[in-house]
Amino acid sequence: MNNIILSVDSIAKNFGPIQALKNVSLDIYQGRVHTLLGENGAGKSTLMKILAGIYPPSSGTITYQGNVITIKNPTESRKIGIAIVFQELSLSNNLTIAQNIYANNEPNKYGIISDNQMIKNCNALFAEYGIKLNPAQIVGTMSMAQRQLVEIAKALSYDAKVLIMDEPTSSLSDNEAELLFNIIEKLKQKGVAIIYISHRMDEIMRISDDISVMRDGEYIATHQKNETTIDELIAEMVGREVQNIYPPKLPHQIQDDPPLLEVRNLDHSREFKNISFKVHSGEVVGFFGLVGAGRSEVMKALFGVTKYQGEIFISGKKVHINSPTQAIEHGLAFVTENRKEEGLVLMHDVHSNINHIAFQYEPSFIINNRKELLNSTKYIKKMAIKTNNPFQVTGSLSGGNQQKIVIAKWLVKPPKILILDEPTRGIDIGAKLEIYKLIRELSSKGTAIIMISSELPEVMSISDRLFVMRNKKIVKEFNTEGLTQPEVMNIATGASA
Amino acid sequence: MNTKENTSMNNSNFKESFFKVFRQYGGIVIGLIALFILFSFMNSNFLTSTNIMNIVLQVSIIAITAFGMTYVLLLGDIDLSVGSTIALTGTLAALALLWGLPFYLAISIALLLSIAVGFINGSLTALAGIPSFIVTVATMGIFRGIAYIITDGKPEMIMDDVFLELGNGDIFSIPNPIWVLLILLLVNHFILSKTTFGRKIYITGGNKEAAVYSGINVKKLKIQVFMITALMAGISGLLLASRLYSGQPSTAQGYELDAIASAVLGGTSLNGGHGTIIGTMIGALIIGVINNGMNLMNIPYFYQLVVKGLVILLAVYIDVRNKKNRV
Repeated sequence: MNNIILSVDSIAKNFGPIQALKNVSLDIYQGRVHTLLGENGAGKSTLMKILAGIYPPSSGTITYQGNVITIKNPTESRKIGIAIVFQELSLSNNLTIAQNIYANNEPNKYGIISDNQMIKNCNALFAEYGIKLNPAQIVGTMSMAQRQLVEIAKALSYDAKVLIMDEPTSSLSDNEAELLFNIIEKLKQKGVAIIYISHRMDEIMRISDDISVMRDGEYIATHQKNETTIDELIAEMVGREVQNIYPPKLPHQIQDDPPLLEVRNLDHSREFKNISFKVHSGEVVGFFGLVGAGRSEVMKALFGVTKYQGEIFISGKKVHINSPTQAIEHGLAFVTENRKEEGLVLMHDVHSNINHIAFQYEPSFIINNRKELLNSTKYIKKMAIKTNNPFQVTGSLSGGNQQKIVIAKWLVKPPKILILDEPTRGIDIGAKLEIYKLIRELSSKGTAIIMISSELPEVMSISDRLFVMRNKKIVKEFNTEGLTQPEVMNIATGASA
Repeated sequence: MNTKENTSMNNSNFKESFFKVFRQYGGIVIGLIALFILFSFMNSNFLTSTNIMNIVLQVSIIAITAFGMTYVLLLGDIDLSVGSTIALTGTLAALALLWGLPFYLAISIALLLSIAVGFINGSLTALAGIPSFIVTVATMGIFRGIAYIITDGKPEMIMDDVFLELGNGDIFSIPNPIWVLLILLLVNHFILSKTTFGRKIYITGGNKEAAVYSGINVKKLKIQVFMITALMAGISGLLLASRLYSGQPSTAQGYELDAIASAVLGGTSLNGGHGTIIGTMIGALIIGVINNGMNLMNIPYFYQLVVKGLVILLAVYIDVRNKKNRV
């Protein structure tokens, strides 16, 4: 077995009265991928931020290459060879790829930057790891997935001995994820230790050497990959045995005619072409496709955020939706894929976020505090949102709990048609289960649900019908009964028509 | 059992909201009290009812302007043209009186003009998409210029007795501007904290994208907010013209900065989403107390400017540090 390069011993971290980490110990080996597994709020990201020097630990020691160290700030952790790829992108959109990768680290003489040298270094770095990007491209013009690759390349440029990746694949397409796995393989051969955080079990089982499970800020267990199973890991993670994570489909009886929602020949000059589909009351319709297939763009048009040509019918009546206000008035609700950008006001409390929509439709222009408090306490309880009280600042909650708040805010005024865009991305299994349960509950009451997801098993198990999009078009409609994953993937990737 | 649960919940909510209020205003109220104690030891004339009344009177015009400023700041925008708006509405009211218009018409015209001014600022920001800082730097010059043009650069004397009552009279021996201040304090506090309109401002200032997706008409809201800001400046303009017995195109220079300082001292975030009218009121009082105290101590004006700047830096620094600790 290889040498231990980094070990943390009895690390604890408190934020005021909240204990985010309790007594966590881990050993990280050279040339191995060590995966941290745990639900949101389990303390993985906190632990990584301690290693990156963003937070100091409240107690405990970090030993690096045999010496006990204290990491004061991110610059220092980088200097000693610990690099981190952040979950939240931390690039400057106005600068080029090369300028971002060598930010604050530019090749220079007496403070004058050598652009040529920088581009040369960048090209060499890309060649070494098989990344196909132009160093002179402006980051703001690139897709989220490409930006994630730049973020990874930036960490590679530090010649790190320990590389921390916090959900690096959450916005990558399959091909790009494949490229990332090749990069990880190369890094392992160079003896780099990799700490990997992800919620995708298939990729965890594929690339990890060691897997440690955390729960509620505590260390639970470490396994070598060959000696464990997904079921065991999930059971440790959630603290209970999980049989089948997807709730069974509902027998679908409601056949409303005309359908609750019908879209005919929806067109947009760049984003999508000739989109037609129907959603019935009480039905869950899935949309699957690779990154950039145009799924979210269709939903944005449906919700009045972007313009469209074509016809939209709600309960058989033709409607014009030119703004989110109109969409909401027609009974639509839209949980977007970016909860931080479009979903929440992070600086405000949970209470006010839950009431974002409903208050606008009260008859009185004076806010009814009592009613609002009833709303927020009801949904905090119903959706098991982990918060000390309704007045906690939303930004201080974990991703899964934030996601539940975004969904809750659309339910206070019950929608007829609920659009969920990647509702379970980057959230833990416990929160996922609750969202699945909620989808079933809503559709049993007659809500029509459109769900976009990049997780194929999920979207196949949750939806009654599945539309596959490729290159801005709907290419196929499936009934999900008895459907297999390869059938869908073949269509989505264009492997077979 | 049910009622017991309810009362204990109300109790904890009460405690929670008390701590919230204390965290929000605790520091600045303590600062205000400290200033009171300091100045009352240094000058025996400071802590007299006449002087306190005097401070509030002096503060009223800046505070009303600052109430309006709080609205735009909450959206994450700024309005640098309020000083010019004050001068413009004051001179227009004086001119209208000079033309022989009755008191109520002169006031209505001046206030309508201020609302129009806000509409211009708001439309340029919301519809044309020019940053509000740039828009209002430009209109600051334009409005001031118009004030000079319509008066030919000279002050216009005001003879109308009713109009002069507005700034110089009193009711129950409390000066009229203080009554106006108190009414606007209550009205604006109510709008921002209790109404759906106010809630929309906080949501939009906190996250504009989220506001759009929540069905809030952000452009309309922005224009409305700029109109309120300008209306508050317009009311200040009328009070100021009345107190000066004239409409003067050169008055109220730099008032925009005092208004911004009051709001920021009171805890309003320049990035939007955070801030209250009560906070702004306390902020304006602090600036008023410092001005008054230093005047009583015969500190030369030039030194007063330096001290005021330092106090603002200190207060905002403390606020920034507290916010960091909270997260």
